[in-house]
Amino acid sequence: MVDRLFSRKYSGMRHWLLQRLTAVLMTLYLMLLGALLFAQHPTQYTAWKALLSPLWLRGATLLFLLSLFFHAWLGVRDIFNDYVHPLVLRSFLHGAVAITLIAYSVWSVNILWSVR
Amino acid sequence: MKNARPKNLNLLSIRLPLPALVSILHRASGFLLFLALPFLLLALQSSLKSAIQFQHIADLLSQPAAKLMLVILGWAAIHHLLAGIRHLLMDMHWAITLPKARTSARMVLLSSAILTFLVARWLW
Ligand code: HEM
Repeated sequence: MVDRLFSRKYSGMRHWLLQRLTAVLMTLYLMLLGALLFAQHPTQYTAWKALLSPLWLRGATLLFLLSLFFHAWLGVRDIFNDYVHPLVLRSFLHGAVAITLIAYSVWSVNILWSVR
Repeated sequence: MKNARPKNLNLLSIRLPLPALVSILHRASGFLLFLALPFLLLALQSSLKSAIQFQHIADLLSQPAAKLMLVILGWAAIHHLLAGIRHLLMDMHWAITLPKARTSARMVLLSSAILTFLVARWLW
């Protein structure tokens, strides 16, 4: 019953759930990062790079960024749906945001995987 | 299709209770954070590239104008996070009576103001 509520037919429910899921993931990561920054105080390049070099943390950071982009996609799309009524303009803005966020995702992989 | 329902678009004549203020600021801060994303990614990229680039970003961010931007973004992030957590708690039916919603809205506004002040003091 409950799983049917999140099927394609009820896309608003899925939207709601994914916005919350990504919000919780981001909050957990931010607490982790806050603790690491507090403990290690990386004010120099070498310390900063060392902080971000373990594979597990780069993985977590990528997961955070992808959650963020997905969350932003859902949120910004809602905002445009509320305020931008001409269909052509709204579709254009949706497309522009989607392309931008996909580009950010590729960029993020690139940034994190060039840390050695 | 013509719709005859009354509309009031005079924003100055609409009373804005505290929970509504938290809500619209949650939206505004979310959008601001979205607009800031390319700059944040650029800063992350440069800071990880080389010691020289790291220093370059550090110098850039210690300019007064950059610090002001950081404080504004800091406020947006803090408010969005706290209002978001409040939103999630209310989704779980925590503090959904009107008096409690007002209290938690006041707590969010006050905590983000205090935390933003601490961020500003730490930056200067
Ligand atoms: C840079 C990171 C973030 C960006 C760019 C962002 C952006 C947005 C945007 C644009 C919205 C739509 C607002 C609206 O419809 O009024 C939104 C909604 C939301 N955000 Fe974020 N957000 C971010 C981080 C977070 C975090 C860390 C949390 C953790 C609590 C969070 C919690 C929420 C929640 C719960 C909603 C749904 C509100 C609703 O359904 O009305 N966000 N976000």
